[in-house]
Amino acid sequence: MTDTTTQAEINDEMRAIEAEARAQVDDGGAPELQPRRNYPPYRSSILRHPTHELVRVDPEEVELVSPAFGHTDVNVLESDLTIQHSGEPLGERITVSGRVLDGEGRPVRHQLVEVWQANAGGRYVHKRDQHPAPLDPNFTGVGRVITGDNGEYSFTTIKPGPYPWRNHLNAWRPTHIHFSLFGTAFTQRLITQMYFPGDPLFALDPIYQSITDPAARARLVGAYDHDLSVPEWSLGYRWDIVLTGPHATWMESEEAHD
Amino acid sequence: MTEPTEFMQTPAQTVGPFYGFALPYDKGPELVPGHHPHAIRLHGTVTDGAGDPVPDAILELWQANETGAISREQGALDRDGFIFTGFGRAAVNQAGHFTFTTVKPGSVGGTAPYLVITVFARGLIQHLFTRAYFPEDTDLHREDTVLRAVPAARRATLVCVADGTPGGTPSYRFDVRLQGANETVFLDFDA
Repeated sequence: MTDTTTQAEINDEMRAIEAEARAQVDDGGAPELQPRRNYPPYRSSILRHPTHELVRVDPEEVELVSPAFGHTDVNVLESDLTIQHSGEPLGERITVSGRVLDGEGRPVRHQLVEVWQANAGGRYVHKRDQHPAPLDPNFTGVGRVITGDNGEYSFTTIKPGPYPWRNHLNAWRPTHIHFSLFGTAFTQRLITQMYFPGDPLFALDPIYQSITDPAARARLVGAYDHDLSVPEWSLGYRWDIVLTGPHATWMESEEAHD
Repeated sequence: MTEPTEFMQTPAQTVGPFYGFALPYDKGPELVPGHHPHAIRLHGTVTDGAGDPVPDAILELWQANETGAISREQGALDRDGFIFTGFGRAAVNQAGHFTFTTVKPGSVGGTAPYLVITVFARGLIQHLFTRAYFPEDTDLHREDTVLRAVPAARRATLVCVADGTPGGTPSYRFDVRLQGANETVFLDFDA
């Protein structure tokens, strides 16, 4: 079922929320580093966000460690999404590389990164994706990698396409790659999306705009890096990911730093 | 000497509707095989604010082993059926229902045993953490710092309900209500 709200109406809702968030920052509040779980312009969030405040507690021993994924779990070939079939997938071949860090900039070593994405035409290999764009028999769109000694990761893939969804009339998602990350503590668990620079759909997308602070939103956009492009082969993007904690919160200036 | 935090956290985004070909994996919900002598079933339904099942949620489970030790073993994604890694992942079915097979964790440091549950779903812009405690540990629950931080009227949402021993396997039900009457308590560890 498609919501009959227009894009202009969604834009008005999003602008009103952002203006209210900006006013809070102007009054001395901290910028919101994370998206709002209650973000009505993203219609599916309306019945799926908790209405109670989360209960703030100290993590205990179990929450302070993470599963020990490693090369037992992930084959090195899984980081190349272009070699999973007999032929080459269609689309722009790209690499996405970066580092996974904690809030103090320390590398998250030897930890699992998972990605999934649509193909170049904006179609997912998922039975519920009904977008009438072609499937690519040479592209599944799933990759995994274990980070290196400096927290580094790299995927080879093709640039996904934007695709329509049914949040409102003529709703389109900006081009993105889904990322799933683990830290050294289970409390650092993160699922997010990497976007591509200059996407004209940013201002129109309620999922991206659910992060009300423009600087925080910009942290989801990878940077084109010509030094990562390979001549006559692929274009390179760089995207570093910073997990929460242990000192990644806004009001941290009193902490001693080594 | 103070300095600004240079490494600002990367914001979360929803898992979306199309994780089904990427995140679930073979034996993901089976932290132990069903024939393990101490296997338990942990299952439940994810519901939204209208009380309707959420058919596109995926849950993760993270826990100590039977003796209360935390596994450092690899192999959670490529299970051999013997090594206990403490991690599992289960997508819900069309009825919003999930099932894990695991063991009851031992007490860690004398505290009440619990399972850490992470919930992801379309429409849920940032994941949610909660804990599932066991109904037989009421004495330990009275001393538990997390349960004590929760208003008394809401504590029961963090405790599984024992619902029999189908096929000889003790079964615990843990429903996740994202919103509405009896909304599950979700935890913020981001201190």
